[in-house]
Formats: sequence, C-alpha cells, structure tokens
Amino acid sequence: MASATEHAPSTTRQGPKLPVLKREKLILSGRSYHWISDRIVSVVENRQPLLWWLLFLPSALIAMVGVGLSLTYLVSTGVGVWGMSNRTFWGWDITNFVFWIGIGHAGTLISAVLFLTRQNWRTSINRAAEAMTIFAVMCAGIFPAFHVGRVWMAWFLAPIPNANSIWQNFKSPLLWDVFAVSTYFTISLIFWYLGMVPDLATIRDRCKPGLRKMLYGIFSLGWRGGNRQWSHYEMAYLLLAALSTPLVLSVHSVVSFDFATSVVPGWHTTIFPPYFVAGAIFGGFAMVLTIMVPARQLYGLQDLITMKHIDNMAKIILLTGTIVGYAYLMELFVAYYSGALYEMEAFRIRITGPYWWAYLAMMSCNVLSPQFFWFKWCRENLWVVMAVSMCVNVGMWFERFVIIVGTLGRMFLPGDWKTYSPSFVEISLFIGTIGMFLSLFLLFLRFLPCINIAEVKWTLLESDPHFDDYNDHPDHGTEVVAAYQHELHSKGAVEAKA
Amino acid sequence: MSTTRKRVYGYLAEFGSASALYKAAEKVRDAGYRKWDCHTPYPVHGLDGAMGMKRSILPWFVFFGGMLGTFTGFFLASATQTEIWGWLPGLNHAIESYPTVVQGKPANIFTVPAFFPIMFELTILFSGFTTLFGLLALMKLPRLNHPLFASHQFHRATDDAFFIALEARDPKFSPEGTRQFLEEIGGKSIELVEEED
Repeated sequence: MASATEHAPSTTRQGPKLPVLKREKLILSGRSYHWISDRIVSVVENRQPLLWWLLFLPSALIAMVGVGLSLTYLVSTGVGVWGMSNRTFWGWDITNFVFWIGIGHAGTLISAVLFLTRQNWRTSINRAAEAMTIFAVMCAGIFPAFHVGRVWMAWFLAPIPNANSIWQNFKSPLLWDVFAVSTYFTISLIFWYLGMVPDLATIRDRCKPGLRKMLYGIFSLGWRGGNRQWSHYEMAYLLLAALSTPLVLSVHSVVSFDFATSVVPGWHTTIFPPYFVAGAIFGGFAMVLTIMVPARQLYGLQDLITMKHIDNMAKIILLTGTIVGYAYLMELFVAYYSGALYEMEAFRIRITGPYWWAYLAMMSCNVLSPQFFWFKWCRENLWVVMAVSMCVNVGMWFERFVIIVGTLGRMFLPGDWKTYSPSFVEISLFIGTIGMFLSLFLLFLRFLPCINIAEVKWTLLESDPHFDDYNDHPDHGTEVVAAYQHELHSKGAVEAKA
Repeated sequence: MSTTRKRVYGYLAEFGSASALYKAAEKVRDAGYRKWDCHTPYPVHGLDGAMGMKRSILPWFVFFGGMLGTFTGFFLASATQTEIWGWLPGLNHAIESYPTVVQGKPANIFTVPAFFPIMFELTILFSGFTTLFGLLALMKLPRLNHPLFASHQFHRATDDAFFIALEARDPKFSPEGTRQFLEEIGGKSIELVEEED
C-alpha cells in the first residue's frame, strides 16, 4: 500500500487515461470579479425590496413588544411572572437559551471547521452564518441574564469579588457557562468583523463622498488590499479559525455540563457533550438554510449560493440528524443497560408521561424529517429543503424542552411532581427573541455585505496565480481527479505489474 | 491660488490578471526593490513567495497571548478556590480565598480538572484578542488616510484590478527608470501617485 501511494504520481502520468471527475463550480455563469462585487454590494446600495420591509417592520415590532415589554414587566414585578416552580426551576428560559446557543454553532462551524478542512464552498455562506451566530448568541444571552431574578445583580457572574469579597465558584458548570458563552460571543464577533474588513473597503471604494463613505471608511480601517496586509490577515484568519474550532465544540459541551455534572436521572450522562454539539450543528445548519434560501431568492444570489451549497448543507443536516438520532437511541439503551431504576423511569416518563407529545415532536422532526435528504430530488427541491429545515428548528427546540422540563417536572419524589406550563411572559419573550433575531438579520442584510466578496472571488479558477500556465498545459486545473481515483489507479497498476 | 506642495508617493501599475501580477511580482523582487506592495481584491496565494516575503510572525504573539490566558485562568480559579498560592507573601490579603469543598470537588491542587474549562476559555479569549490587536499592529492599521487613496484608479483594487505600487522612498526608485521597468514587466495605466505635503 505504502509503495503504491509513493509511486502514484509517476504511474498516473504513464498509465491509461482515467475518466476525470469534474468538480462542480462554486460560482455559476462565469461571473467576473466586478459582477461579484457589484451584485453583493448592490444589496447594500440599492433600495430594499418590498418584502424586506414586510418582514422587517413586523419583526422589529415583535422584538420591541416581546423582548421590551416582557423584560420590563419581568424586572419590575419579579421572576415569579414566569411559570416556574420550586421543582421546575428551569423551564422555557433555559430551553430557549440552549436553543439559541445551538443555532449559533453552525456559523462558527461553517467559518472555522470548513475553513480548516479547505471546503471552499463555505465562502458563499460563511458571512451570513457568522452574522446568524452573533445574533443568536445575543438572543441566548437574554435568558440566563434574566433568569437570575435580580438582573441588576448579573455582575455577580463576572470574575470579580462581590461586596462581601466572595468570589465566584470556579468549580461550577454555571460559571463555566458564563466564561464559555462570553468568550464565544467575543471571538465570533472578532472573527466576523475581521472577515468583513476587506469587503467593507469594497463598499467604501464604491461610495460617493459623504457620511456613508466616512462610516464604511472608519469600519474598514483603511484597508488597501496590499499583499503585506493580506499575508498577516490570512494568518490571523487561520489562527481565529483554529481557535474557534475547539471553542465551538467546548461551548456546547460546557452548556451540556450544566446538566451532565448533576445527579439528576436523564441528565447525568457522558453522551451529553457530543450529543449537544451534534444537535447544535444540526439545528444551526437548519437555521442557515431557513434564512439563506429566502435571502438568496430575494436578492438574486443564485449564481453565488448555488444548489451545490444547499445540497452540501442538506447532507450535513442528514449526517448530524442521524447522529442526533443515534444519541437518542443510545440514551434509551444505556438507561436500560445500566439497570438503574431511576434512569429507566426517567426515560419511560419522557416517552409516555405528560410530555409524550414533546418527545414525539422531537423524534419525528429531528430523526425522521432529515431522512428525506437521502433523496436527491428532496435536496434539490427548495420547498422540501425549507420544510425540513423548519421541522428541524422546531424539533431542536423540543429536544431542549424535553431534556429540561421533562426531567425537572418528574424528579425523584412523586410528591414534587408538577406539570409545568409557561406563562404568557415566557411565551412573549421567546417570540420576541425570534423577532429580534430576524430584525437584526434583516438589518445585517441591509447594511453589511452578506456574502464574503473577497473569498468568493478567490474561489474562481482564474484567481489562481498559475491559471494562465494551466491553460497552456493540456491537462489543466479545471478537472480534478478525486483522491480515491488516484489510489484506485495506482492499485490497478500494481496488480497489472504482478 | 493653490500653494500646496506635492510629494511623489510612487508608481502604481495595473496588471491584467493574478497570473500576470504573480510573474511581475517575481521580477520586481529580483530587481531588488524593497518598498513595494501588490494590491489585490482577494488574497492571491503564493504571492508571498513571489514577493520574497517572510511568513507572518503573528502566531508567535498569539502563542504567548494564549499562554497568558491559560495562566490567568488557572491563577484566577486556584487563588480563589484553593490555598496553593499561600507561599506568595501578601496574596492572602489581596485575594480572599474560600477553600471549601463544593460538589465533592476538593480544595487543593487535585481540583484542577474543575478549572480546565475556565483555563481553556481564557486561553481562547486571550489568543483572540492577541490575534486582533497583533494583526492591526502588523498591518499598521487603522490608518484612514493613505497617499494611494488619491489615485484615480486605486478604488478598483478592492473590486477587480491587480496593482503593484512601487514607493519613491525605495533606494532603487528613479522617476524614469522605474516607470520604464514597470512597462517592461507588463504594467498598464502606470500612474505617478502624489501626496500633499
């Protein structure tokens, strides 16, 4: 085997011609550099289509009423206006927190993990996905900050001693959460902003002198696209990607530690960190599709965000959805196999207890609905893609609901059992954060380049500095032989010799 | 009547494609110019070598920034939750520690696994900040004014054009010779960029 791969280059050249796999183009219709900048910046420069206003005004209203009024009422009255009780001390608040944090993960995954693995298709979607991360984490932060009750004491979470010079408990998963989520937000913001600097410069250079040019000029930091800048810039981007990759895995693992380090049956499991991370990526990709497919239609970005991109994301949803399904089944199996009565009972109640409908919704939305993506025509039909993505969004919310409320409502003592139902304040706060997320995202589309202009240009074939040389050469770079074909061929050559 | 004096910043020459720019950059490098740069709308990979540039030193900054974060996380957690820093004079007065057993986790150095999440997150946080500020320092940004912005064509450097800018402060720069050199290596619409003194 080793010798076969060693000789692979020479045998490839001498051997018979193989059918060559063509790699699908990432940008269709042979668009030029200028067309790319023009199309992406025109979203910012032109007046917004009517649909933008039809979406923005209601979501901004929902955000103001939902988040603004609910929080005012909550703070002025007390956290008792939520439907929680002594036993069910976490309800929709932590459900929504974990849900929104999970949504954010696809953004970092697309920008960091796919960058490190040289998946060039990420370039068309990473900017919007990163924006989604920032806004989702902002929505997530509201819930833990306000569930502490006296929100003006939230500074107790920061690592500074309080008035009695008591320090935080650094051994507590809840404090780990504070560190993980705030670090995640900060790093995501830096990553997002640094990635945007060259594109802000593109907008700046197209503006007429005035306030707009000044603002974009300030935020683009005076970027000139010199290679002495690009060289450091690319290194910084690589470093941030390398830092974000373990970070994104750690954040949802730490969130899962909130549950897993307790002794509560149904929570105290080692599968939680990987299961939470897979679920977060799953839910996050669904949200990317949910917002990017309409944005693509709205602004005519079909040549930049191609069906190939959507296909790839659908495949990731299929993969992570199946991992999540495995985790659900493994939870059940371990509960059975452990022989622990409380563990078995917890899962029996989850499936057949008062929240059986939530469990059913979770299973059908998260495990069954992505299975449609096995079929090519489902991945190619945007209505199916949108429907499955919506299902996954709903299902992932129910997953967190099942874990949190389904467990706390039925703890050790039957005397404590109580069926939790959310109050109006909780419901309106959650709907308010959806409005906040949507309006922030629409503002992002309005004012910032929604696709990474510089990186998309980089994926064009003529961007390669050796492109002209390839064209002179008969076997040029547009056709890429898959690695396994090389391997197959070298194996065949070895067998033929023998 | 205008009395502003102009000072020559350098020559700006356009090249047709990334390939042309790459080959031209090799020639500029071999001609021995030092104060020059290639301006491109996207990062052209391999241009560092063609320009004779060294690898960015940013990772070194970030390494030490990250180590500082790890240590900060460990110190913050251990100084408040254990008494392992008792040998440092005065620290007990500065930081009130509570070496209590919480959640069955001991109050000595063996509790260190409970500090790992904090240490890890602070490592990432400090590295991220070092990356941001180290990058800005190395790129010499933010700098909102620059002589090149006075050029008539430079705004295309962030759109679809490839430029080489040769600066006048380079010892090999000469008003005639450099222009001729840029023409020879295939530069088009060569422009003398001036800045106001």
